[in-house]
Amino acid sequence: MFSKLFTPNKEIPRSIYIAAGIASFVAFIGFWSVLSYGGLVNPLFLPAPDIIWKTAINQFIDGEILSDIGISFSRVALGFFFAALVGVPLGMLMGSLRIMEGAFEPIIGFIRYMPASAFIPLFILWIGLGEAEKMAVIFFGTFFQLTLMVMDVTKNIQNDLIEVSYTLGASKGQIFRKVILPASLPGIVDTLRITFGWAWTYLVVAEIVGATSGLGFMIMQASRFLKPEKIIVGIIIIGLLGMIIDLLFKVLYRASFSWMRKEG
Amino acid sequence: MDNAKLIIDQVGKVFPTKAGEMVALDQTSFSIKDGEFVTILGPSGCGKSTILRIVAGLEQPSSGRVLLDGKEVKEPGPDRGMVFQSYTLYPWLTVEDNISFGLELKGVPKKQRLETAQHYLNLIGLKGFEKHYPVQLSGGMKQRVAIARALANDPKILLMDEPFGALDAQTRTIMQEILLKVWEESRKTILFITHDVEEAIFLGDSVYVMTARPGRLKKNIKVPLDRPREFSVKQSPEFLDLKNELLGLIREETLKVV
Ligand SMILES: Nc1ncnc2c1ncn2[C@@H]1O[C@H](COP(=O)(O)OP(=O)(O)OP(=O)(O)O)[C@@H](O)[C@H]1O
Ligand SMILES: [Mg+2]
Repeated sequence: MFSKLFTPNKEIPRSIYIAAGIASFVAFIGFWSVLSYGGLVNPLFLPAPDIIWKTAINQFIDGEILSDIGISFSRVALGFFFAALVGVPLGMLMGSLRIMEGAFEPIIGFIRYMPASAFIPLFILWIGLGEAEKMAVIFFGTFFQLTLMVMDVTKNIQNDLIEVSYTLGASKGQIFRKVILPASLPGIVDTLRITFGWAWTYLVVAEIVGATSGLGFMIMQASRFLKPEKIIVGIIIIGLLGMIIDLLFKVLYRASFSWMRKEG
Repeated sequence: MDNAKLIIDQVGKVFPTKAGEMVALDQTSFSIKDGEFVTILGPSGCGKSTILRIVAGLEQPSSGRVLLDGKEVKEPGPDRGMVFQSYTLYPWLTVEDNISFGLELKGVPKKQRLETAQHYLNLIGLKGFEKHYPVQLSGGMKQRVAIARALANDPKILLMDEPFGALDAQTRTIMQEILLKVWEESRKTILFITHDVEEAIFLGDSVYVMTARPGRLKKNIKVPLDRPREFSVKQSPEFLDLKNELLGLIREETLKVV
């Protein structure tokens, strides 16, 4: 029984799988509790779990956190939306047309190593301190990776699938619409799921400078007034939001691509 | 050559490689009559797939030309259906949508498309599987659907590149019988590649044996077996004699490359 759990690639019962996930969370909170209730760390650096819980409740009752969540979410979602709007078609073209790959792969490969945060002063210079600047940071942080990942997805389509389509009479346009697009769709949705997660990590960076609202702003304010419990609440909310979106993407994936599963 | 459906006229293929030019196919000529079932037999790497891909228009010949009904082949088209060794069904489409994919590309109305799909589903013995997705099918079923998909387009010729090569021996013989049945009904011209001697004899009107690389036609042998053929024909003296002769020829060629 026990040895089976540690055999590579072996399936384990679903209940044990889920229990393992819960156990990690419990262990994490347990470790935290020992540190704070045990008086091992200064509560000014790490508040106890119940303080965090109370702070969170109060902030939700107060209501301001909700508008922070809303504004942050719309920044992440819109910035990411535009990155996907351009990145997905571009990545698909790069994955299927050598000329597009030749033209864009080098420059994207170059820019993607530039830190998005270092561009913030430039973005402020170019587009001011408004919403567009925040979205630009999110866009910049995700667009290049996303495009390259979509390119890889499209590139990995089995060549025979495309050739057989030509022998069935498909035109170039039909190859794109009826073969390359549906064949790469699952990979694209998965890429979006992963890169949307990264978009959240750029949020705080985007809201450090020149923001007057949002979760990142709230975290920066809390830091200024030395309120670690508020910082932690902000961080946890960002984590939860990211996890919920991730889950939604997974549900969408399962629902849309049932043809990938044997049980139908 | 008057009644030739397909003419391979001095077709050769050279691939440029890092180590210089690689002759994959020596100048080769042959022709296939309308409704004929030709199997090509040859050792691995002798250029069998290359010939087929040139006929399909997926590869350009370095020399010579291919004529189908007197017209030179330049690019792939629906008049030459192809079945690959690898599984090439569209995983996101049901069996019936896979079969009618070529018709959809042409803009045939849905009702007519599904009728055609039904006809071919019956022909390949997969009635009841129309709503299944490829992932739910066995390897043999997938290849049957791939054959139906190619036929539903009503091509002038069916090109098959070791379509049963990935199947186990039992499934393979069943597939051969199904293919013969389909052929008896449709009387399509078929060019079928294999390196299985029994398969080549059992299916073909003629077997074309190729030399080792660079491939060339070594011998063209008529199969002296009556149609329709049953499984049991594989035990007949004519079959066994031919099998021995072909095994000898192939062995000779394979010895040159190993
Ligand atoms: N695109 C290519 N570039 C370079 N060499 C190639 C290319 N395609 C095929 N070849 C070479 O040409 C020769 C003939 O290839 P081909 O695929 O036609 O052989 P085959 O008879 O179908 O072999 P098999 O029985 O293994 O399928 C092989 O040596 C192969 O390595
Ligand atoms: Mg081959």
